[in-house]
Amino acid sequence: MLLLTCPNCGVEADETELSAGGQAHLKRFAAGSSDDEFESYLFHRSNAKGVHFERWRHSYGCGKWFLAARDTNTLEVFGTYPAQTPEPPKDLIAAIKKKRPDWKGFAK
Amino acid sequence: MSDVQSVLGGASFDGAVKVTEAGVQGMITLRGDLGSEALAKAVKSAVGLAVPAPLAVKSGAKGAVAWMSPDELLLTVPYDQAEAAVAKLTKALADEHHLAVNVSDARAVFTLSGDAVRDVLAKGTPADVSPAGFKPGVIRRSQLGLVAAAFWMTSDTEVTVVCFRSVGEYMYNWLCTAAKPGTLPIVS
Repeated sequence: MLLLTCPNCGVEADETELSAGGQAHLKRFAAGSSDDEFESYLFHRSNAKGVHFERWRHSYGCGKWFLAARDTNTLEVFGTYPAQTPEPPKDLIAAIKKKRPDWKGFAK
Repeated sequence: MSDVQSVLGGASFDGAVKVTEAGVQGMITLRGDLGSEALAKAVKSAVGLAVPAPLAVKSGAKGAVAWMSPDELLLTVPYDQAEAAVAKLTKALADEHHLAVNVSDARAVFTLSGDAVRDVLAKGTPADVSPAGFKPGVIRRSQLGLVAAAFWMTSDTEVTVVCFRSVGEYMYNWLCTAAKPGTLPIVS
């Protein structure tokens, strides 16, 4: 069971209350970008075994989107933060590095 | 004026707790900037209450107001006053980005009463319904059975459940099944 704390309403929400929204912090390539960039924006996703940043929606609760950092292998949740954050907060990255010294860091 | 019908015509079931379809209830969805003064004023004049904190529900003589999301409130008033209240809110918030809609006919309302209301809810929701997380004054939007619902306690032994009218019959049947006598844990 996965429990994520929704930063919008403060509820510790069960997985069944949430909808997964895929990888977070994608850079959008639209008009004017090269075919390769557009293809990668549309189709290429990281499939990490370990630290992963994701989008989630509290669909049965407040209905708002938020972002979460968790370990796809152990299901450990490192933290959640508002969706209006262009890249993971520095203190969260530091906390993850402390717990996972081998982690290569957040790659855009 | 048409003859207004609630989803199950006030059906009720006496089980481990009493399940009652609560009839028609005026409900208004109000979206906007919950921090704005104009909105606070409009809510005050509509139901006589202040804008609630996150996850809070307040009720008074004129109606109730519940926090639904960071930009949404649910106001309840008597059914026949909902249209007038929406008109008043719309007028009061004319200068602000907002949305006020009468959703009374889109909803079904149920009342559960009895000592075991928490146990009945706990059978079908991932939300924390223990006294630590759920008490009078707190509203939770979550799943109940297989559908979305909002529920709050009006007293220590009474819960109001709101869901979409389209799933009203399902919700009633689900609640009656969950409240079947002899299916709850025995609390000594």
